[in-house]
Amino acid sequence: MKKYLITITIITLLIWACGEGKNESGSSDSAKEKLAAKFGLTLWEYENGIGPIKEKIQLSELNMSKAKSGEQVFTIKCTQCHKLDERYTGPALRDVTTRRSSEYIMNQILNPEEMAMKHPEAKKLLVQYANKMTFQNVTQEETRAILEYLRSVNNK
Amino acid sequence: MKNKKILVSLIVLVIFSAVLYNCSDSNNGFGDAANQVYVAPGTHDDFYFFTSGGFSGQVGVYGLPSGRLFKQLSVFSQHPETGYGYSEETKPMLMTSHGFIPWDDAHHPKISQTEGVADGRWLFINANNTPRVARIDLKTFETNEIIEIPNSGGNHGSPFLTENTEYVVASTRFSVPIPDRDVSISSYKENFKGTISFIKVESSGKMNLAFQILVPGFNYDLAHAGKGPSHGWAFFTSYNTEEANTLLEVNASQSDKDFIAAVNWKAAEKFVAEGKAKSLSAEYYRNYFDEEKQHAFSEKNSKVLILSPQECPGLIYYLPTPKSPHGVDVDPSGEYIVAGGKLAAVIPIHSFSKMQQAIESKDFIGDVGGIPILKYESIIAGEVEDPGLGPLHTEFDGDGYAYTSAFISSEIVKWKLGTWEVVDRIPTYYSIGHLSIPGGDTKKPWGKYVIALNKITKDRYLPTGPELTQSAQLIDISGDKMKLLLDFPTVGEPHYAQGIPAEVLAKNSKKFFELEKNNHPHGVKSEKETRVERKGNEVRVYMTTTRTHFKPDNIEGIRVGDKVYFHITNLEQDWDIPHGFAIKGLQNGELLIMPGQTKTIVWNPLKAGVYPFYCTDFCSALHQEMSGYVRVSPSGSNVPLSFN
Repeated sequence: MKKYLITITIITLLIWACGEGKNESGSSDSAKEKLAAKFGLTLWEYENGIGPIKEKIQLSELNMSKAKSGEQVFTIKCTQCHKLDERYTGPALRDVTTRRSSEYIMNQILNPEEMAMKHPEAKKLLVQYANKMTFQNVTQEETRAILEYLRSVNNK
Repeated sequence: MKNKKILVSLIVLVIFSAVLYNCSDSNNGFGDAANQVYVAPGTHDDFYFFTSGGFSGQVGVYGLPSGRLFKQLSVFSQHPETGYGYSEETKPMLMTSHGFIPWDDAHHPKISQTEGVADGRWLFINANNTPRVARIDLKTFETNEIIEIPNSGGNHGSPFLTENTEYVVASTRFSVPIPDRDVSISSYKENFKGTISFIKVESSGKMNLAFQILVPGFNYDLAHAGKGPSHGWAFFTSYNTEEANTLLEVNASQSDKDFIAAVNWKAAEKFVAEGKAKSLSAEYYRNYFDEEKQHAFSEKNSKVLILSPQECPGLIYYLPTPKSPHGVDVDPSGEYIVAGGKLAAVIPIHSFSKMQQAIESKDFIGDVGGIPILKYESIIAGEVEDPGLGPLHTEFDGDGYAYTSAFISSEIVKWKLGTWEVVDRIPTYYSIGHLSIPGGDTKKPWGKYVIALNKITKDRYLPTGPELTQSAQLIDISGDKMKLLLDFPTVGEPHYAQGIPAEVLAKNSKKFFELEKNNHPHGVKSEKETRVERKGNEVRVYMTTTRTHFKPDNIEGIRVGDKVYFHITNLEQDWDIPHGFAIKGLQNGELLIMPGQTKTIVWNPLKAGVYPFYCTDFCSALHQEMSGYVRVSPSGSNVPLSFN
């Protein structure tokens, strides 16, 4: 009886361990994917953030009129915390489009609370700046325009 | 043998069970009351419960069944905690024809209705002392409008609503000379009159004093509008039909019967349309809050339309009612008009249909000032015998029962509509005034609880010196017997209170004001627009707040003798991030600024020096860093105006 129990326990543990292993490696073996899984994220989420933007967005040539309207929204909704070239309440944003993917930037604007809870990069910033970024009541379209503005100010 | 064993086991089991049962019920006999009022951490109450703040002049927002206090709404009193009545934006709300009045006595909160059912758009409440009615928006939980009532003294019979909130009605407790003038008080019978006011409520909520009815100089106490078949009528209790002007406790308690005034307001509208109303000079204010400008404005009115019963036959009738009636409550069907005669031995219930027949057949026993008095026996539907001492107010559960508060005997008496028999009674602690059932004065009571609103608490709580808390008691009415569940303290005297299911209101609650819609004349939309401007000795600081800084946070060039306006816009656009503002030596209340709002406080620096200012509402981890300095130089100094 005792032996039987031990056997069952071992088998159960093995199955559980297999399951774990499967989760971690997934279909591909890429190191990045493993890293993402460590945080409970998919590779896509790890690279593009968590939020309503779930697919790659098509970036074309810089649209200056969109960038202009993005600047207007940015001025009202973002400048109290972000400057382009110096640290303020939050990080400087001149080169943010180099540092982050477009989708990540939009998800961070549209879903900052969940990002700060789940995404390792957003968590790091929370530790560094001690302030949680808030959702500033912007639409997805306005967010896209803010992205265009941030692309336009990047010197690179 | 075996059977004997089983029997013994059974006996032991029964004894054990009894012991266990006793243990679980040993909580002073309250059994599982704790479970019924326990709202687990992180979960919500089932009802909002709005209590009048009494002499605090405010409104309390509680949750039921927990009895937890969520908020005190600023209404008729300055509130240093929020800056209400101190900030430039809210000061106009407290303007009256007697000047700026920083306090009042708030009695009867009433939730707006559609088709006789509480709809949760607005909450109305009366100011008793300097007669006014306020309208609170139940999306923002802020006072949006206050209208003054002229030709009134002691606005007690107010604010009662018609079934689609067409009107807020109000009656004067103290009769006064109309128009008010310098006359001898002993000329009461000759010069003093009462008024019954009808305030029209537009679909936007805007209030407008439509007309007043001039009535004999009695004390008009409380009211309720009809519903269903009695829609179109409103009922007002009166006492002191003796028209005494001194020692009312004796002199106003002489008559066997006083009156309920039944007003046909649809007929009143017709008389007004026919031009029967006289325009009388009367100074009164209407103050309203413009949500887009985020600013209150005062509007002074100078005329009111007055109807006289003598010239408007059919407008008003008196229903004789024993003895100094206080409350008048209409049952959900609209047929029964229940009076609480505080000195009476029975509760009389008038029948609306009998009243109509008596009017039809002119079954009158006389008249007062052109108002026909109907015959008591012709209109009475029944009397509740032995209703307790000092019956005051009645509410309904929608299942055919009525619940009446009895002040002197400190109890709630439950009785059956139609048979008028008392079926249950429960003591209250102590001296109950009003009572409240969610929806209990509407066509559709939600029932479940009756809440006793008590005047006196004595030994019910830990003592706190001579002044003790006021209190409410939650009583379960879902079964045949009423069951006391919970005592909870209230802020100020909870004269009356109303409950409404949480799901009706919670979904509409506003989370923040949209910055794009902020059209405050001194608001700014971004830090780029922040600045400091001087015009003579008037200095305007256009400041913003965000987690976790003010912009600007260093200001120099202010001089002693300046009048400094801090116009502060909270740029946050998320829920639950208000910022506060206070500066050393501020002679005002603080400012509490909601996301997207602009608020203004005026500061008069009296001495040269450096004055720190800071955020008073904990906003984030760097809240302690959210601060700044203002440098104040002597008057005539040439330190230039600067800021960053």
